[in-house]
Amino acid sequence: MSNSEQPDREFSGSIGAYTAGLAVALALTAASFIVAQTHLLWAPGLPVGLAVLAVAQMGVHLVFFLHIGSGPDNTNNVLALAFGVLIVTLVVSGSLWIMANLNENMMPASAIMEMQR
Amino acid sequence: MTQAGTADAANVPAALEQAGAGGPAPVRIVVSYGFWIFLLSDIIMFSALFATYAVLSAQTDGGPTGHDLFELRTVGIETLCLLFSSYTCGLGTLFLQHRRTQAFYGFFALTFALGAIFLGLELHEFAGMVARGAGPTRSAFLSSFFSLVGLHGAHVSVGLVWLAFTVAQVAAKGPRDFVMRRLQCFSLFWHALDIIWVAVMSLVYLMGAR
Repeated sequence: MSNSEQPDREFSGSIGAYTAGLAVALALTAASFIVAQTHLLWAPGLPVGLAVLAVAQMGVHLVFFLHIGSGPDNTNNVLALAFGVLIVTLVVSGSLWIMANLNENMMPASAIMEMQR
Repeated sequence: MTQAGTADAANVPAALEQAGAGGPAPVRIVVSYGFWIFLLSDIIMFSALFATYAVLSAQTDGGPTGHDLFELRTVGIETLCLLFSSYTCGLGTLFLQHRRTQAFYGFFALTFALGAIFLGLELHEFAGMVARGAGPTRSAFLSSFFSLVGLHGAHVSVGLVWLAFTVAQVAAKGPRDFVMRRLQCFSLFWHALDIIWVAVMSLVYLMGAR
């Protein structure tokens, strides 16, 4: 990373990349807060809007701060990230799906107590 | 094999070199890959708590809801603290890579201060909630809230201790290779905490405060 012939140019380039990442992340954060506190978005679509902004900001952090990019020495990192995203998606969406289903189909606790009597 | 590899090293096509024919990756790459795997496993652990929170967030048992409890102004300040501390952490690492030790100390002091402000605000928020009778034992919503946000806070606390150790190592041993690798790992950890906070901020606070 720092093994360059022109360290100064690379140095200022990296600082510029961090600053650009910070600016975009700040803009996305501000957008999230504005969208959540005003009626700019159609209310039922708000969770989706916030989720999109959050995922975008995570992407900005990954690229600009954690340097997960498309470089040749980065392939393993990207593959591991893809696997992590798969597992996280399975855990979160699977839990929500199963629990919503149970919540829909199970009797209230009081009714179960009634049957056990 | 190895002799042929070294003799032809200059003639290896770029695509083949990317496939691993260029020999083992440098230690710096291997270490950050291993640490990245750890961070992903940490994120998977968080995902279980996020799922728990998402399932239980409506189960308030007649107690206070997120709308009653969350103050978005505090959350905004916390978010800015973590975001800027991520930025100063990255800049500090860059400055040390270019052997500007004084600037490194400055930026890492700033990182520590911002992290400590974040932690202070969070503890203040928790104490206020417990004082209002909205502690983790009040409802399923609050149990999952304190587990999720508290675990993130615990990570930040550990990060602050680790930051202090890293700076002490730089001071004692100078920017040698192994110190730089440890610094790289710390930097990855700190940025990953910021990523998790983005999810906490959006899912817990912004959606909960409506």
